[in-house]
Amino acid sequence: MNMLDVKDLSVWFGTGNDRVDAVRDSNFIVKRGASFGLVGESGSGKSTILRAIMGLAIDWSGAISVAGKPVTKTRPKSFYKSVQMVFQDPYASLHPRHSVDQVLGETLYLHGFKDIDARVVKLLDDVGLGGNFRFRYPHQLSGGQRQRVAIARALAPEPEILLLDEPTSALDVSVQAEILNLLTDLRNKRGLTFVMVSHDLSVVGHMCEHLAVMKNGEIVEIMDVATLREMRASHPYSKELLAASI
Amino acid sequence: MTLLDVQNLWVKFPSRQGVFDAVRGVSFTLGRERLAIVGESGSGKSMTGRAILRLIRPPGIVTANEISLQGADLMQKSERQMRDVRGQRISMVMQDPKFSLNPVMTIGQQIIEAYRLHSKASKSEAYTKALEMLQAVSIHNAERVMRAYPHEMSGGMGQRIMIAMMLIPNPEILIADEPTSALDVSVQRQVLSIIDTLVTDRGMGLIFISHDLNLVADFCDRVLIMYSGRIVEVCDAKNLQNAQHPYTRGLLNSLPRLDAPRKKLEVLSRDPSWSNAPSVSGRI
Amino acid sequence: MVEDRTWRAWLLTDTPSSRRHAKLAAAYKGWLSFRANSMAMVGLWILIFLVLIAFAAPLLAPHDPFAQNLANRLQPLGSINHILGTDSLGRDILSRLIFGSQITLYIVGLVALIAPITGLLVGTIAGYAGGWADQILMRITDIFLAFPRLVLALAFVAALGAGIENAVLAISLTAWPPYARIARAETLTIRSSDYISAIRLQGAGAFRIITKHIWPLCISSLIVRVTLDMAGIILAAAGLGFLGLGAQPPSPEWGAMISEGRRFILDHWWVATMPGMAIFTVSLAFNLLGDGLRDVLDPKDNEK
Repeated sequence: MNMLDVKDLSVWFGTGNDRVDAVRDSNFIVKRGASFGLVGESGSGKSTILRAIMGLAIDWSGAISVAGKPVTKTRPKSFYKSVQMVFQDPYASLHPRHSVDQVLGETLYLHGFKDIDARVVKLLDDVGLGGNFRFRYPHQLSGGQRQRVAIARALAPEPEILLLDEPTSALDVSVQAEILNLLTDLRNKRGLTFVMVSHDLSVVGHMCEHLAVMKNGEIVEIMDVATLREMRASHPYSKELLAASI
Repeated sequence: MTLLDVQNLWVKFPSRQGVFDAVRGVSFTLGRERLAIVGESGSGKSMTGRAILRLIRPPGIVTANEISLQGADLMQKSERQMRDVRGQRISMVMQDPKFSLNPVMTIGQQIIEAYRLHSKASKSEAYTKALEMLQAVSIHNAERVMRAYPHEMSGGMGQRIMIAMMLIPNPEILIADEPTSALDVSVQRQVLSIIDTLVTDRGMGLIFISHDLNLVADFCDRVLIMYSGRIVEVCDAKNLQNAQHPYTRGLLNSLPRLDAPRKKLEVLSRDPSWSNAPSVSGRI
Repeated sequence: MVEDRTWRAWLLTDTPSSRRHAKLAAAYKGWLSFRANSMAMVGLWILIFLVLIAFAAPLLAPHDPFAQNLANRLQPLGSINHILGTDSLGRDILSRLIFGSQITLYIVGLVALIAPITGLLVGTIAGYAGGWADQILMRITDIFLAFPRLVLALAFVAALGAGIENAVLAISLTAWPPYARIARAETLTIRSSDYISAIRLQGAGAFRIITKHIWPLCISSLIVRVTLDMAGIILAAAGLGFLGLGAQPPSPEWGAMISEGRRFILDHWWVATMPGMAIFTVSLAFNLLGDGLRDVLDPKDNEK
């Protein structure tokens, strides 16, 4: 069954002469439990698609449905229980004045959970951070640790889909390996569906089974990872991108 | 021939919790070659670049036995003498042109200023030279670019402009601190090939600071790998895949690869002995 | 001494064990930063001194500030019984300064409460809501910003009668707009950050976001701005007092004292200068404190 179905999605900013079409008529499907990648250069619209799915983009048209249910312009709270997002910059995605405990506690509270303390401890455990980190502030955490907290926050409402916006591009290579492994583990344990945006083809090749290549707001090609690995891309832009990444 | 000789460079930052050593006993030489300094954040690679140009301000403390530029010891020079060295003899290109170009001056004004700081040229001579330099970095509508402001330029153009500005005084050494990290993949190639051409044509030495092992393996001649302020390995770029040190191997193995799929990536387990061992010398 | 060291270690730890521990540790580190700045500490001590004097005024003042003694008028500095001399009605200047500190504190305290809080509310709501709410609130702010302080004070005096409370009201009404602007500017920046998006994605409403997420980040710059503005506020109150629009005689408000001493400035300079020095010292103290606070509270401590 399709976890995520995106049809003719267009997203734009501004009106009239100032209008910028960030995404144009994009279509793709992600099956339950699958991991789908969105690749492209900066300005290709890949992050905008994620934001539109999450409800962070105001002007969009087309049809998005999650687990068969169509998504409306204003998202009900139940939407955020199924779909969550991990942001790109770990240095900007945590409130500088809130401790880890506050971040996770508030999220759990907003989703109506009662056993907050126990869940905070378990979440930290699931992302590989011990109890020592619970009351730290973001400036006392490294980039990798902050990203783990961001992942814990996204997992708190027990979602089915995780949207990942370049989750490791701001991290060191060795830390990236840890975070990617963590995401793989979490996906296997919880049966999550991933939609991952990245400019790094090898990361997408490692984490995803299918991917869409974007250029200037349009999806130019959708391929599976085997095709990617064998460098058998069809569209000329995909070929260019592959060639530049080796 | 050796352009730069760095011996036993230390950079220390005193803080409330004690003294933090950002760079610990780094030594290397640079000839007319492309030398890469690779490391993760906190390894001290950017600090090394800045220390050579004496750009580190107090409370940072920089010490070295010697940093000699073709025989002249940079550590002995006064701030005024260093101003003559910076730009003229050693130049630096940084990561993001958004932050290194002055947003309120036109590009032409900035390049001309950079040129006239180190030569006694008149404004019109400087203008002609600037146009030449922009053409050398493959910017074709140079006149229009001279009149434009930095925010009107894309990342790749901005970086090429930066390179033009830094190379116009014809320095002997270029230090490039992550020059392509803020750029898209396709533009990276272009910028790298421009750096390559200019450096080779002018017989300059290049110090290329980066976190991207694969990139430097392709682009540079020799690689110094830094960890925790020390150089842990020195090798030829061609032989990077055969590197010996466990840290280098760990870094190479933790990268996901399209041609070698794995279920899980190898995670680097840090051995404290790596930071305790003395720095490997990169001197030839 | 072992006690000391373990307390210090507990407060400087990198791994706090509870919410309270984390907050205390953060506060302690802030205090250490502040304490390292000696000029800021000077400012802090002067202000502590001011507060102590204000509270202990009846005990400290050698004379009744209102007791007139015309035979003893205009005594110079260093007279027996009157260290700082007496004014034109024979009242002891030192005692008047001491009691006047209460008035200064009252003015400063009231304005420091009313103006920034009003500004914070208006600014954050305008910044977060955007659209017409933003426009309306900001135009109201502009209206208040257009009033010169003294003109508004005159209007109040004309309408409600002169007095210290009306002076405070007039000052507060002209002091809040800059805080609204600061708060709005900060809110606009913060509003587009990832962490605000993230909490919206958890279903947080505007109230929670403004109070729990935006206010904690605005408060530091407001606190700094308030302390730096304190000097101006004291001077404004003194100015109003000088013009007879604030504290009324025989109240020992420092500005009013300067006004009374104005006529004697050539021959009996201390009558106006002593209260002037008091105003100068307190203003300077607030400035130093504000500078020190800015170094501590500046969001640069959240850098990578």
